[in-house]
Amino acid sequence: MHQMTLAELVNGLAQKTFSSVELTDHFLARIAAIDKQLNSFITVTADHARAQAKMSDKQRALGQAGLLSGIPLAHKDIFCTQGVKTSCGSKMLDNFIAPYNATVVSQMEAAGMVMLGKTNMDEFAMGSSNETSFYGPVRNPWNTQTVPGGSSGGSAAAVAARLTPAATGTDTGGSIRQPAALCGITGLKPTYGRISRFGMIAFASSLDQAGPFAQTAQDIALLLNSMAGFDPKDSTSVDQSVPDYTAHLAAPLAGKTIGLPKEYFEKGLDPAVAACIEETIQIFTKLGARFQEISLPHSPLSVATYYVVASAECSSNLSRYDGVRYGYRCEAPIDLEDLYKRSRAEGFGSEVKRRIMMGTYALSTGYYDTYYLKAQKVRKLISRDFQDAFNQVDFILGPTSSTCAFKLGEKSHDPVSMYLSDIYTIATNLAGLPGLSFPAGFVKGLPVGVQLIGKHFDESTLLNAAHLYQQETKWHQHMPAIEEK
Amino acid sequence: MPVARAEVEKIAHLARLNVSEQEIASLATDLSKIIDLVDQINQAQTEGITPMPHSLETLTQRLREDEVTESNQRELFQSLTSHTEAGLYLVPKVIDQE
Repeated sequence: MHQMTLAELVNGLAQKTFSSVELTDHFLARIAAIDKQLNSFITVTADHARAQAKMSDKQRALGQAGLLSGIPLAHKDIFCTQGVKTSCGSKMLDNFIAPYNATVVSQMEAAGMVMLGKTNMDEFAMGSSNETSFYGPVRNPWNTQTVPGGSSGGSAAAVAARLTPAATGTDTGGSIRQPAALCGITGLKPTYGRISRFGMIAFASSLDQAGPFAQTAQDIALLLNSMAGFDPKDSTSVDQSVPDYTAHLAAPLAGKTIGLPKEYFEKGLDPAVAACIEETIQIFTKLGARFQEISLPHSPLSVATYYVVASAECSSNLSRYDGVRYGYRCEAPIDLEDLYKRSRAEGFGSEVKRRIMMGTYALSTGYYDTYYLKAQKVRKLISRDFQDAFNQVDFILGPTSSTCAFKLGEKSHDPVSMYLSDIYTIATNLAGLPGLSFPAGFVKGLPVGVQLIGKHFDESTLLNAAHLYQQETKWHQHMPAIEEK
Repeated sequence: MPVARAEVEKIAHLARLNVSEQEIASLATDLSKIIDLVDQINQAQTEGITPMPHSLETLTQRLREDEVTESNQRELFQSLTSHTEAGLYLVPKVIDQE
């Protein structure tokens, strides 16, 4: 059952080949047997899941089950889940039981999906390897000495190891796409404003977006149909109608022009990874697409721009963690200043502190113009590069990550080398564009991902292209050989 | 460009983060490296470019009608901490009585 895609599971439930209770028990058993090797879950909500599964089976018997009803799902521990621990991978929220549901959580619940639990993540979504979590690192199921990517490492590892058919993640600088690539699964960061951020713990408000992980583009389309939509509770939610993302998955690619940014194929890209991308280009050509070289001249400044913008925004967002109303509070504070300073120093890990410090520096008197204001202008240039490109091409193709999964500890001593892992994904967040990563091969047994970047609100085009690719190739069907130990 | 110790202490105070002696040293090093990375943005020609604080230029701050739509859930929210009394949050004394 766990090898089936979400779409196949939807059929299975509809045909009554198995029940939601059987399906849920199957995945819960897999998590219990396998997850100690991966550490992809922070909380497993077994009782809650079984109750939801039972409810789904009842509704199905009455002919009232929706399309996704009864299908298991895991949520990144950044989404508030009412009555369930929501830690954001941090000691700061280790004691936090969310008093309400994030909109994404409510939507999936309303769709009848069964929540298996909350997945592990880099602390406050800051990281590219899932090594900064208070709950310990997540391991890549393809090789447990390597990282799954981050910050949504737990969700990616869980889907890759087939501990869940689907999971939610968030992407601020690549945190869905990069782990999807490193774990050999499909992950989508939609257009900014496409999915509600209400109840999604904030890191960088102008960049954060929720998105789905699954095995295939078709699965992603099914999930996106339930996740997308205007939410009056999120002031940055865009009131744009939600198309049926499954409707045009099989439309032919003939007539489409795909852009290849020349800056993405220069130095820094592992030649073996480049070879997988080259093969992918051949396949898309065979499918009828034309390729055209484009230039995104400000690409080399993306990482620098991001680390000003994201740090500045996070220093503001994380100022709410002050030990007063919820979350970690230090013992015996001597005065208010001590309460704030020690609660925060003891509650946050080092990467979070680094970023808060960087952000505070960038926003401080004397530096605001040089850094924050300047970064906003460069952001405009980066965004304009994409606009110019989209006047010539329908969507863009490139690598998701310059390397495959690296070893645990390999980059964690040097923050800047870790930041450069996001070199291909970051610009997409700055420009608010949708980005999809899907499996495109292996190098020395580790997955390689290819990324498609689209125009604003053009997720359908990306999903269509990836779906056609997944009819021609079998990379997305590969599963790591991780079993009960 | 190395970041001075005094600068680290000042930033830490602004951010309300306690920093130990060792942390000041390592933060100074890390911050210097990060600042070297982000300094690259100053290579860009941005004469006449309007800043873009958001990823979607069409996004404007949406306002809603000034109507009550939420209910008071103080008890629920205050259940998240034990440091409450009479509907208030308890913190160390702020006003010096000397």
